[in-house]
Amino acid sequence: MTETATGGAGARPIIEVDRVEKHYGPVKALAGVTTQIRSGEFFSLLGPSGCGKTTLLRMIAGFDEPTHGTIVIDGRPMAGVPANHRPTNMVFQSYAIFPHLNVAENVSYGLVRQRLSKHEMQRRVDEALSMVDLAGYGERASHALSGGQRQRVALARALVMRPKVLLLDEPLSALDKKLREQMQVELRHLQRHVGITFILVTHDQEEALTMSDRIAVMFEGRIAQLASPQELYRRPVSRQVASFIGVMNFLDARLTDGQGDRLALEVAALGRVEVPRAQAPGGARAGQVSVGIRPEMLTILFHDGERAEREVEGEVVDASYFGDMTYYDVLLPGAGRPATISMRNTAGRRILTEGMKARVGWSPESIVVLE
Amino acid sequence: MSAQRGGTWLRAYAIGFLAFLYGPVVLLPVFAFNDAAIIAFPLTGFTTKWFGQLWDNPVLHQSVRNSLYVGFTAATLSTVLGICAARASARYDFPGKKGIIGFIMLPLVLPEIIIAVALLVVLIQLGLELSLWTVILGHVLICTPFAIAILTSAFHNLDRSLEEASLDLGETRWGTFRRVTLPLVTPGVISSLLISFTISLDEFIIAFFLTGTEPTMPVYIWSQLRFTAKLPSVVALGCVLLLLSLTLLFAAEYFRRRSNRRTGSEGAATGGMM
Amino acid sequence: MSLADGAPGTEAVAPPAPGGSRPGWLRGESGQGLVLVSPTFLYALLLLAAPLLTVITISFWTQNYLEFDRTLTFRNYTEAWTDPLYRVLMLRSLAISGTVTIATVVLAFPVAYYVSFHVPQRKKPMWMFLITIPFWTSYLLRVFLWKVILGYNGVLNSGLMGLGLIDEPLTFILYNANAVVLTLAHAWAPFAILPIFVALEKIDRSLLEAAEDLGDGPARRFWRVTLPLAMPGVIAAALIVFIPTVGDYVTPRLVGGTDGLMIANMIQVQFGKANNAPLGAALAISAMLIVAAIALAFVGLNRRLVKGQGI
Repeated sequence: MTETATGGAGARPIIEVDRVEKHYGPVKALAGVTTQIRSGEFFSLLGPSGCGKTTLLRMIAGFDEPTHGTIVIDGRPMAGVPANHRPTNMVFQSYAIFPHLNVAENVSYGLVRQRLSKHEMQRRVDEALSMVDLAGYGERASHALSGGQRQRVALARALVMRPKVLLLDEPLSALDKKLREQMQVELRHLQRHVGITFILVTHDQEEALTMSDRIAVMFEGRIAQLASPQELYRRPVSRQVASFIGVMNFLDARLTDGQGDRLALEVAALGRVEVPRAQAPGGARAGQVSVGIRPEMLTILFHDGERAEREVEGEVVDASYFGDMTYYDVLLPGAGRPATISMRNTAGRRILTEGMKARVGWSPESIVVLE
Repeated sequence: MSAQRGGTWLRAYAIGFLAFLYGPVVLLPVFAFNDAAIIAFPLTGFTTKWFGQLWDNPVLHQSVRNSLYVGFTAATLSTVLGICAARASARYDFPGKKGIIGFIMLPLVLPEIIIAVALLVVLIQLGLELSLWTVILGHVLICTPFAIAILTSAFHNLDRSLEEASLDLGETRWGTFRRVTLPLVTPGVISSLLISFTISLDEFIIAFFLTGTEPTMPVYIWSQLRFTAKLPSVVALGCVLLLLSLTLLFAAEYFRRRSNRRTGSEGAATGGMM
Repeated sequence: MSLADGAPGTEAVAPPAPGGSRPGWLRGESGQGLVLVSPTFLYALLLLAAPLLTVITISFWTQNYLEFDRTLTFRNYTEAWTDPLYRVLMLRSLAISGTVTIATVVLAFPVAYYVSFHVPQRKKPMWMFLITIPFWTSYLLRVFLWKVILGYNGVLNSGLMGLGLIDEPLTFILYNANAVVLTLAHAWAPFAILPIFVALEKIDRSLLEAAEDLGDGPARRFWRVTLPLAMPGVIAAALIVFIPTVGDYVTPRLVGGTDGLMIANMIQVQFGKANNAPLGAALAISAMLIVAAIALAFVGLNRRLVKGQGI
């Protein structure tokens, strides 16, 4: 995979994953993954269930061994090194809070082996608890905790070990929507604050986009794209990635000239257009291709005076009102399916209804060419 | 409305059913203190002499000691075997798992007389002397399935990621077993010990076939049933046994529920039994 | 005791890790499971499989005073299946167990249903505990109590006479097959309730609401949804009662008289007083085969019935 992201430039890799495969009988959970994770970055493994992201995380943690390939953490090959000897700690999907221990005992569980003085241990536990906003909860029984609190205890318990890498397995999936959004922000701040490498496994693209420095999108045991959130959103390398991240309108197109620095395209509904090669991040050859454009990159021009770089006339077939936004399905002439357009409901702006004509504006620089 | 009425009828029936279940047992204390050599109405007066007879009976005491010895040993062995099998069945997949576990559980549905006869034949063929240990061998066989049933539920309720979390936090495998697994399944282990002990203590057929010159308590009771004059003291003994069984059962139930609470699951009662 | 899968193993491309000398299958998930289950399995093989095989072998030998004649012969089986005495005992055992099974399951079902559907969730454990307690108290004593209750000068007769309801003791209540059925049904009732209760608990309550929503009244709903879904529990209950009661020894011996004796008593006699272990073995094996055949037929029939309802 070509790596196009920025972020944490010059940092050496803390984890090197080299041609790692995992077979379960005839099934390949991982079909050859190579990637490097930089020290101090917030790295996400994003993909649908069964794509191998959790398998990869568990192999980094030491719960599974790769069938082929190697994993190196902080310069040390990890083959044969069990989980308890690795410089990683994990926040489990179920949080795995020990039910027979209270909060402080949970947090100090791993410290007990380090033979710290009683005072030092207490200090470390208090520090970890206040880091996750649970100062004073030490004596609380673990079954008396709410979902969000359990998650914080799991975080404190892992962070108190001062790991080189913190692994998070779908840590927010058990929380309700409001709490999830709040924890996204907090996790991001926490990671900045402690400066430890975080590796997050998630199937929620919004979660990955808001928190990560870089995201590896995985399908069927392979990394399909590794990039920063902006890059991933704006320049997906394939239709599969494009449709997994956010909403994308796909239009049939023909690539007439793919030789030079610029690509000449004939796009259904939008017409003839020429774009720089950078707008085909997955590569492009002459012939049938797809062109993707995000809903917010299409604009409905409400007033006669409004102008856009390119314009096309369409018909509204459906409008869904979301309060702050309205999502329109607009049938553009020559396109098979209606295109989704999102418009902010600013003051005085009308809501169009089914059957109305709409002038749609767009710009060539906002499209992406996909195989 | 009709569902409500149906509920009332069902409730009456269920309570009647319970009365039927407990009816005979209630007679034990009634006649244990009745001052008459035959067990029949009307009651004639209060006495504790039947208990006194138990107190002065060295043969009975020896049989109680035998039973306790058999019970403790059988409970320990079957719980150890139960831990192995329950852990394997709750945590691992291996070829032939269903068949192997099914075979181990077979004594649950096999008539005890078949087990008793089969063991007797083998022991005689091998030329082994019948003793309390031959009874223990048989009791371990029938107690192990119950131990497995209780312990499997304890191990099943144990979230696998708890053990992984412990390893992840730097603890060794043995340390994980000691600090996480064991504390969480201990109530299940105690429950299994108590139930196995109760089964062994009450078991008759296998003991009847496999005991040598040292009878266990049920075998002793059996030998007394022929003598009408001994019946009231058997009733008194039954009374004592009933109290003992109830104590053990309540303790087992207490630990089983605690086990469920610890591992964070609210299983229905007797869930462990099935 | 190993706790996590994937022992510090090695993979094809890496150099062998310490402990890599163990064969590959032992390191894997399934290997560890097999190692762990092996002590218990071995015990069952040695003390259950081997003895059962020995009994089968002996059933083909002949008793020669204190020795066995080890020539293989079918004579014991011929005798076990043709002698009217054994046939009567076998058929009686099946009839008694069958009656006990039907009575127990039919009587137990409403109780299980009541606890599952009408008792509040938090009181269910208490109910089930109350129901199962009697099962764990001494079986021998419970049977003995029935003998005392049903006897000529027993509790029931003396009680009824004391109340003036009868003039002389009832004699038909003890030392016959009825007494055996009553005692066995009483002893096994708790164990019949359990599996039915578990099956009823598993029924998703929204299925019942769906049936009602689609127009079924309480009775139709019970026949078309509740009962079919509870069938696995009913079958389990029936088998759990039927199989062990066929081989019961204590109850017929204590309350059965001569008319209530069952096959287990005869097996015991052959191994004991009659000193004909091969014949006893043949009787035991025959009983086991018949019970197994009936159990399998029962399960098979039920499977077809349940399937038939689905269409």
